[in-house]
Amino acid sequence: MTPLSNIRNFSIVAHIDHGKSTLADRLIQSTNTVADRDMKEQLLDSMDIERERGITIKANTVRIDYKAADGQDYVLNLIDTPGHVDFAYEVSRSMRAVEGSLLVVDSTQGVEAQTLANVYQAIDADHEIVPVLNKIDLPASEPERVAEQIEDVIGIDATDALLVSAKSGIGIPETLEAIVQRLPAPDGNEDAPLKAMLVDSWYDAYLGVIVLIRVIDGRLKKGEKVKFMSNDSIHHVDRIGVFRPEMENVDSLGPGEIGFLTASIKQVRDTRVGDTITHQRNEVEPLPGFKPAQPVVFCGLFPVDSAEFEDLRDAIEKLALNDASFSFEMETSAALGFGFRCGFLGLLHLEVIRDRIEREYNIELITTAPSVIYHVYMKDGTQIDLHNPADMPDVTLVDHIEEPRIKATILVPDDYLGDVLKLCQDRRGIQLDLTYAGSRAMAVYDLPLNEVVFDFYDRLKSVTKGYASFDYQMEGYRQDNLVKMSVLVNEEPVDALSMMVHRDRAEQRGRAMCEKLKDLIPRHMFKIPIQAAIGGKVIARETLSALRKDVTAKCYGGDATRKKKLLEKQKAGKKKMRQFGKVDIPQEAFISALKMDG
Amino acid sequence: MSETPDFGLYLHWPFCAAKCPYCDFNSHVRARIDEALWKQAFLAEIRRVRVETGPRVLKSIFLGGGTPSLMSPELVDALLQASKDAWAWSNDIEITLEANPTSIEAERFAGYRDAGVNRVSLGVQALREKDLRLLGRLHSVEEALQGLQTARDTFERVSFDLIYARQYQTLDQWDAELREALSFDPDHLSLYQLTIEPETAFGKRFDAGALPGLPDEDTGADMYERTQEICEAHGLHAYEVSNHAKTGAESRHNMLYWQQQDWAGIGPGAHGRLTIDEVRYATETHLSPESWLAAVKDQGDGTSVKNTLDRQGQLGELLLLGLRVTDGISTERLARLGWDQNCRAVVSMLDDKFIEIVNDRLCATAKGRPVLNAIISQML
Repeated sequence: MTPLSNIRNFSIVAHIDHGKSTLADRLIQSTNTVADRDMKEQLLDSMDIERERGITIKANTVRIDYKAADGQDYVLNLIDTPGHVDFAYEVSRSMRAVEGSLLVVDSTQGVEAQTLANVYQAIDADHEIVPVLNKIDLPASEPERVAEQIEDVIGIDATDALLVSAKSGIGIPETLEAIVQRLPAPDGNEDAPLKAMLVDSWYDAYLGVIVLIRVIDGRLKKGEKVKFMSNDSIHHVDRIGVFRPEMENVDSLGPGEIGFLTASIKQVRDTRVGDTITHQRNEVEPLPGFKPAQPVVFCGLFPVDSAEFEDLRDAIEKLALNDASFSFEMETSAALGFGFRCGFLGLLHLEVIRDRIEREYNIELITTAPSVIYHVYMKDGTQIDLHNPADMPDVTLVDHIEEPRIKATILVPDDYLGDVLKLCQDRRGIQLDLTYAGSRAMAVYDLPLNEVVFDFYDRLKSVTKGYASFDYQMEGYRQDNLVKMSVLVNEEPVDALSMMVHRDRAEQRGRAMCEKLKDLIPRHMFKIPIQAAIGGKVIARETLSALRKDVTAKCYGGDATRKKKLLEKQKAGKKKMRQFGKVDIPQEAFISALKMDG
Repeated sequence: MSETPDFGLYLHWPFCAAKCPYCDFNSHVRARIDEALWKQAFLAEIRRVRVETGPRVLKSIFLGGGTPSLMSPELVDALLQASKDAWAWSNDIEITLEANPTSIEAERFAGYRDAGVNRVSLGVQALREKDLRLLGRLHSVEEALQGLQTARDTFERVSFDLIYARQYQTLDQWDAELREALSFDPDHLSLYQLTIEPETAFGKRFDAGALPGLPDEDTGADMYERTQEICEAHGLHAYEVSNHAKTGAESRHNMLYWQQQDWAGIGPGAHGRLTIDEVRYATETHLSPESWLAAVKDQGDGTSVKNTLDRQGQLGELLLLGLRVTDGISTERLARLGWDQNCRAVVSMLDDKFIEIVNDRLCATAKGRPVLNAIISQML
């Protein structure tokens, strides 16, 4: 049993690509936690998508045994957290389970937006923070400048920052020593009644739900009955253990320790992150808990092949088993048939879920334009949460509409500042702050979320050649002059293309949309009007002219067979289109039409 | 009981001196070709097909490729002689040879004529030096025009091909070039819009975004319309999508294809359609020259595919090819194959004047012909 004074619990906070996962790999490797032959890169990222995209989505935990320079044996528990804004709630709750953080900053890049967002969460959780300057072996490394920047921008002392290259193993022993010497040991009382925090939970096909816990007081043993205090449910603990990072069973977990329990729980929804766990008959003061993550971005997911609807339902239900932050309900669209309206934490979350459905379940999807939740206040005093522009009530009954706003923080080299400000201005942003740290500018903007969900991040990357970093937090709702814009193709409304827009931008957006659709819809044998309208009023119009030339130039004896195959292939290609009246619209039009170029 | 279809023979010579970047035909470049070996194989195949078809009367022979004008006149003579021994020749038999207008090939023209060839189709392709280079052709404009002259002095009938909607070509440029071509007073022209085929050199460059200057759909359509007007004004009517002729000068061999008559296909990758005991067969031979040679030598048969075509299959091919011909398809023949004149697609396209029925023949209208693929795909 490890005494409290020899336990250190910590997390690593960093901007994407600053080397967080590599540093975790090195700490695991140099302490022989994992045999060399089992070592692989980004060890803690277990999902394919995590490895491929180089991002961490789920928090992961590893217990490291370490013999320090003082001759004593320590237990180091690392919780690896996601870096992306969409998964900020994972970060915040993981932070509550540990006492300290390593702040990893790429010494060739400096502080970025996600560094800031995550480090503030660590500061909020009262963490002791040890700055780590990574990639110091690269020629472009500027450790002094970056240390200064950490002090200027974040306001923490960086004089004793560790100089590390996780990739080449420089500074790893010093980092392990710093964890022991500079991070605090946890508090806790072994003799008090059991109090443990439910940090996270996920579904495993063999073991049922696995619950990640941090013991605060008391001791939890295998075979005991525990109570989840939020709903007073009683569970029989059939297994407890720690992560190395593979699961390893232990007999008990004491104060300050981090590990898991299983108790034949069938659904992730039956566990609530932030919950307090105690013994069956105990009463303890519950922990403050966490606010559950709320979906903020919504879109429709429809199977390309309508026969796959039940498969899609199955896939979505399975994914939701393990992701309580992802919501869904059935949706029918005149154009797209049966599908689901799904809610996500952000665009990355949306992309990850969509990729997983397409890849792991092999279902081709049509994704409709992402939307946010509008608060629609009716004249009769009621209020509606509008998730889907197609459901917008009759405007004559609407009093006013509010939309969600965010506070966005953007860090960018000052060469690109003008482009960034213009982009924010174009997206109805209000500047809140603009400061400089060295040659980097930090712009803080109040922006409508609906202007950001679609392609803001893509545009930001493109206008700054990838040098800007971006993070945001929700800032509540505000009233604005919002209208629903519908799109008519060949006089027929296409509900999947309707969107909420600001009145002042409606014409511009309508024109852009019609022009885009004109390029995206193939020519037909007749001409097709494409219109954008608000209510009954057409605000933009384009005409797709009729097909003029589609005939094989050379067709002789042997060509009949070939041409027949070609026509069959074209017919198969038509499956990727959706028919609206007499018009075939290709799938990609539903997403591409909404991307704004300017 | 239907009448016996007309019958023709297609012989495929699969070699070229160089592969043109736009061409997706079955053509190959080889350093050395053993003509004696090829002669043997062709003669064996002619005898084998003769056994399959039984006695028929040949209305036409077409030597295509590849570049058949790379064959020696002696080889052409041997093949034609063998075909005459196998089947009876009709009195007005049309024997066409495809030729490239290089000076070397023109020297062989007289030999081909003596062997029995009475019509040549010359791959002139362009009357602009720069465009010939872009198209990867090995001859110059001057050489082509000399070749054309030699051909006209040698053969009864001469046609030539041009490709339009080329890189950087404008409508006015094509107008001028076509008028120049017509100034030689040809009685037959094949005018093809450049098509970027997948798997060709142009196809790959196109996919990589490295084939600039191609006219867009509207310009292509304008060029097509202008082509029809100019040829019509010069007395060359469009008897098929890409073929123009003075009355009576139409290619009888190609009409066999478009009207779905019978033809035997011999040589690598040649397709045939044969009606034997009231059953219609679609045949194909081995594609690569070497595997075809080996199959003929070892198995005594170059055939790789022989399928029967049911009524629906025949109807599909008849619509696919027959609507290309201005004269269209007999509705009585279509009905025999199970065509439904009252189906929705047909009625709506008749209403929209994409197709029409004139004198009991189903035809694409002048408005319909440029979008024939869209019409056919709705009918199938």
